[in-house]
Amino acid sequence: MGNPNRSKAEKGLMRWVDDRLPVTQAYEDHLSKYYAPKNFNFWYFFGSLALLVLVNQIVTGIWLTMSYNPSAEGAFASVEYIMRDVEYGWLLRYLHSSGASAFFVVVYLHMFRGLMYGSYRNPRELLWLFGMAIYLLLMAEAFMGYLLPWGQMSYWGAQVIISLFGAIPWIGEDLQQWIRGDYLISGITLNRFFSLHVIALPIVLLALVVLHILALHEVGSNNPDGIEIKKNKDEKGIPVDGIPFHPYYSVKDIVGVVVFLFVFCIIVFFFPEGGGYFIEAPNFEPANSLKTPDHIAPVWYFTPFYAMLRAVTYPLFGVDAKFWGVVVMGAGIAVLFVLPWLDRSPVKSIRYKGMISKVMLAVFAVSFVILGVCGALPAADQPAWLAPVATTAYFVFFLAMPWYSKIDSTKPVPERVTG
Amino acid sequence: MKKQFIALLIALLPMAVMASGAKVHLEPFEANLEDQASLQNGMKLFVENCMGCHSAKYQRYERAADDLGMDKDFVVENLIVGNSKIGDHMTIAMSVEDASNWFGAPPPDLSLEARLRGSAWVYTYLKSFYVDPNRPWGVNNKVFPDVGMPNVLENMQGVQVCKDEHCDEFELVKAGTMSAEEFDKAMYDLTNFMTYIAEPSKLMSRDIGTKVLIFLAILFIFAYLLKKEFWKDVKSGSWREKH
Repeated sequence: MGNPNRSKAEKGLMRWVDDRLPVTQAYEDHLSKYYAPKNFNFWYFFGSLALLVLVNQIVTGIWLTMSYNPSAEGAFASVEYIMRDVEYGWLLRYLHSSGASAFFVVVYLHMFRGLMYGSYRNPRELLWLFGMAIYLLLMAEAFMGYLLPWGQMSYWGAQVIISLFGAIPWIGEDLQQWIRGDYLISGITLNRFFSLHVIALPIVLLALVVLHILALHEVGSNNPDGIEIKKNKDEKGIPVDGIPFHPYYSVKDIVGVVVFLFVFCIIVFFFPEGGGYFIEAPNFEPANSLKTPDHIAPVWYFTPFYAMLRAVTYPLFGVDAKFWGVVVMGAGIAVLFVLPWLDRSPVKSIRYKGMISKVMLAVFAVSFVILGVCGALPAADQPAWLAPVATTAYFVFFLAMPWYSKIDSTKPVPERVTG
Repeated sequence: MKKQFIALLIALLPMAVMASGAKVHLEPFEANLEDQASLQNGMKLFVENCMGCHSAKYQRYERAADDLGMDKDFVVENLIVGNSKIGDHMTIAMSVEDASNWFGAPPPDLSLEARLRGSAWVYTYLKSFYVDPNRPWGVNNKVFPDVGMPNVLENMQGVQVCKDEHCDEFELVKAGTMSAEEFDKAMYDLTNFMTYIAEPSKLMSRDIGTKVLIFLAILFIFAYLLKKEFWKDVKSGSWREKH
C-alpha cells in the first residue's frame, strides 16, 4: 500500500490512479513541493539544460538510427543519405552532432558550478559521485558515437584512443584486440560500438540521471552561498529560503532554455562544423585504414585529458612513457571522484573561502582551458613545457586541497541566503 | 574572474589560428549559393570537365535541378552523362581498377571535396597547375604537389609556367580559349557548384535557421515576462499564502 499518509487527489480519475500509483505524491516531491533555494544564479541553468540536451540526443538519435547503416561498407554513405535524401535528415544529424558538443559545454559548466559552490560537500557526496559516473559514461558514449560516421577522423581518433589500452603492460595488446573484436578497427568494431552507443550506454546513462536527480531531491539543492536551507524552516516545515521548483524555477528555466536554444540553433543552422571542432574536416573522407591523416586530434571535449596524456614523456620503472601518460590521464579523471573528501574547508562556497582557495580555483580553470588548447594542437605547435606545467597545476589544485582548504582564511557565512 | 577567463581565451586564440594555417597561400573564396546562374554554369563545367574521371556519387541530378532552378528536361538533355536517369546519383562509368592503373590512384569522388579541403583550397587548386616536364602528364600543382591529375582545364586557361624557382607567381605562356578574368569566373562558378554539392542543405538550413532564431527571440520576450510575473510572488514572499 506504500505510505498511507501520502498526498492524493480528492476524487475522480486522479484519485483512482493515486490509490494505485503515487503520481500526485511524486509530482509534489519532485516539482510542486520540492523546495529549492531562492538565490540560484546564472550557473544553475546548466543542470536542466543538460537534461534538455539529453532528450535532444535521444530523440534525434532514434530518428538517425532509422536511416543509419552500421556497416563498414555502408556507414559513410548512409550518413550522406541522411544528409541529402532523408527529409530534414541534415537537421537531425546536426542537432545530434552539435548536441554532443553542447552536452559537454553544459556539463563542464555544471561541474564547475559544483566546484565553485562546494556542491560536492556533505551531504551531497553521493550526488557528486552519480554525476561523475554520468560524466565518465558520457565520454564513452561520445567516443563510440564519433566512430559511427566512419570518416577518417572517426577511424583514426578511435585508433588513437583504443591504442591507449595497449600501453598497459602485459595485457595491453590482448585488451585492445578484445575491445576492437579484430586485429584492427573494422566493421566488427563499428557494429559493437553502434550497439553500445544506441542501447547499452544510453540505458545506463538514463538510470544514472534518475539516480542523480533522486539523490539531489533527497538532500536538496546547494546554492551560491553554500548554506543548508533545510536548517531554517517555517511553521509548516517549508525552508524559509526555499521556493517550490514548480512553478518558480520551471518558468525561470524556460528562459534559460530559450537563450540556450538561441545559441545552439546558431551553431546547428549556420556553423554545424563548429569551426572544425564539432565536425572535423577529415571526417568528410571515408575511413581508410591505409592512410593516416596529417594531424589526429580528438574532439575538443577530450583534448584536456589528451594533453595530459601527451605531457608525460619520461619512461619510468622500465615502463613506456605512454603507459604513465595513460595513468596520469586516468588519474586526472579519477581525482574528480574523490573531490568530496579532499575539501576540508569549514565553508562550502567560494564566496566565503579565502584567497588561496580562490586563486587555486582560478589556476584549475585556467590550466584546464590551456590543456584543452594544447590537446587540440599538434605537439610541434606549442611550447614543450606548457602542457606539463598545466597538468601539474591541475593536479596541485586537487592534491594540495586537503592542506590549503584547511589553513585558508574564511569569511563568516550568513544565516540566510543572500541575493 | 569571468573577464580574466575571456582574456585568456583571446590570448590563446592565435595558437589555434597558427595551427590551422595552411602551408600554401590560398586565394580567398566566398561562395554564393544564391547565385543560380553561377551554380548552373558550375554544374555545366563540372559535368563537362570533371565527370570524365570524377564522380559526385552522393549528389542526385534531380536535387541539383530543383535546387539550382533548372528544368528537369533541360538537365536530362544537356547535363546527364550516359544512361543515367534524372533521379540517379552523379556517378561515372570508369572503374576504380582502370582509374588506378591509368593515374596511379583512383580520382576521388568530389561530392564532399569542398568540405574536406575547403572551398578556397579547391578554387586555388584549380588555378594552380603549371608546366613541369618531370611529371607524367607534364604538369604539376602548387597546392597539391605531385598530384596525379592532368590539367584538363588547359584549353580554357592556357599554359602556365612558374616565374621563378619558388613558384610564387605564374606566367601565361600560351593563351587559352578564355581570358584570365573569364577563367577566374569559370573556376569561381565550378568551385561554387562544388561547395553546393558538398552540403546541398545549406541554403535551406540558413532559411529555416533564420526563422527559428526570430521565433526564439519572440519566445524569449514571453518567457521572460512569464518568469517576471511569477517571481513577483517570490520577491514579495506572497507565494507562501498561495501554497
